[in-house]
Amino acid sequence: MNNFQYSRATDVADAIRLLNSDPDAKLIAGGTNLIDLMKENVERPSRLIDISRLPLGKIEETAQGGLRIGALVPNSDLAYHPQVEQRYPLLASAILAGASAQLRNMASVAGNLMQRTRCAYFYDTATPCNKRSPGSGCSAVGGHNRNHAILGASPSCIATYPSDMCVALAALGALVHIAGPTGERRIALEDFHRLPGDTPHIDTNLGASEMIIAIELPPGGFSRNYSYLKVRDRLSYAFALISVAAALNLEGNAISEARLALGGVAHKPWRSLEAEQSLRGRAATADHFAHAADLLLQGASAASHNRFKIELARRAIVRTMMQAASAAPQSQAHKKIA
Amino acid sequence: MAQPSHQVPERIPVTLVVNGTKRDLDLAPWTTLLDALRDHLNMTGTKKGCDHGQCGACTVLVNGRRVNSCLTLAVIKDGAEITTIEGLAKDDALHPLQQAFIDHDAFQCGYCTPGQICSAAGLLAEGRAKNADEIRELMSGNLCRCGAYPNIVAAIQQAMGRP
Repeated sequence: MNNFQYSRATDVADAIRLLNSDPDAKLIAGGTNLIDLMKENVERPSRLIDISRLPLGKIEETAQGGLRIGALVPNSDLAYHPQVEQRYPLLASAILAGASAQLRNMASVAGNLMQRTRCAYFYDTATPCNKRSPGSGCSAVGGHNRNHAILGASPSCIATYPSDMCVALAALGALVHIAGPTGERRIALEDFHRLPGDTPHIDTNLGASEMIIAIELPPGGFSRNYSYLKVRDRLSYAFALISVAAALNLEGNAISEARLALGGVAHKPWRSLEAEQSLRGRAATADHFAHAADLLLQGASAASHNRFKIELARRAIVRTMMQAASAAPQSQAHKKIA
Repeated sequence: MAQPSHQVPERIPVTLVVNGTKRDLDLAPWTTLLDALRDHLNMTGTKKGCDHGQCGACTVLVNGRRVNSCLTLAVIKDGAEITTIEGLAKDDALHPLQQAFIDHDAFQCGYCTPGQICSAAGLLAEGRAKNADEIRELMSGNLCRCGAYPNIVAAIQQAMGRP
């Protein structure tokens, strides 16, 4: 790890002032990803600004009937919060599908949004990587890319964004509350992460001197018909090959609203309004879900080793939507896929 | 990528309450909790395995919650209560998990065992695991290269008082 200066922020304004005064400084809360990347020499911040003691650790009701989740709420506390378990079980399930119990205890909600790709070439400082070292090239395009993107990739970068939590947040239509030097703003979670294009080193639309202060969940939690299915190379504690967040509102067997987001396939959680709207008013059947899957996977394209992910995604979408429709969500402890 | 800072900052005073004893340290800010325990306090019960949060050998309890000490900066935990494997036994009595690991032969080489036991102590405190499947899932952050998993699950079930 490189030598760095350490500052403990006294409040949000202080953290932003410290960020603003040093372009190479980084915020640290849980540190689960940042410390790892510093040990690999991928991240070399001049200064760490410790925000772990700021009062951003509450989960509160919003006036609109949703929840406002403070940026520093640990992932485990969010997953096990009674309001989240009851009203947003899709989010609880997705969080529990990710990382390990120890890491979930450490990792903050905002840090989960800020985590970087697990592309092996991004981690390996001996190889070219446009995300780590802009303009150096992409080693994954002609390399080991079994786990890489099938949607939204560019010739510069085929990395995937690894969060499970954010796949559920995308499906639920969450908002990200941001504070910066000129005040506060909020953007949709879906607009928070970027596609790589020719600037894959920029993961998010967060400004250089901005920080996340909260995540807001809208009132609709899809608490009856939902499922989060994560397909990976081992049964636990592995990043997704494909993950699917599915949520439905049903009137009888007819779908009044559908939400569908994919993880492990792109530089951000992947949603398609066209796919979701195709299900409105339709019966909750495998055929209709397969049609929605085809719409969501429109434009999918494989690299040299990950062609299987396109068909795997299609099947996983149908399976997860059927689990949601039958109110039989995937368990994250009992691994048999119903 | 940022250029490295060549200015080495002052060491920072850090107080940790380790197994009930207040310990005052002066640490460089990049010292992990794991290195503070092993190299500065000479408490080598907590093991360094992968040093990247992938194996769980470094698991300790911080304010009662299990964490990977290799991915925790000591300075951030200034003032925290740390429980390591050295702090689980009370007087001459082994912690129920320590006894259960012996009863079930829940190790072979033993290198992962301090992390397994501290992680299991965190699991019991969380109260979320109710059966073997849930124990396996919620212990998945602790790897055992010897493959003692079935006996580890049995030991935790014994300490939990559940079949």
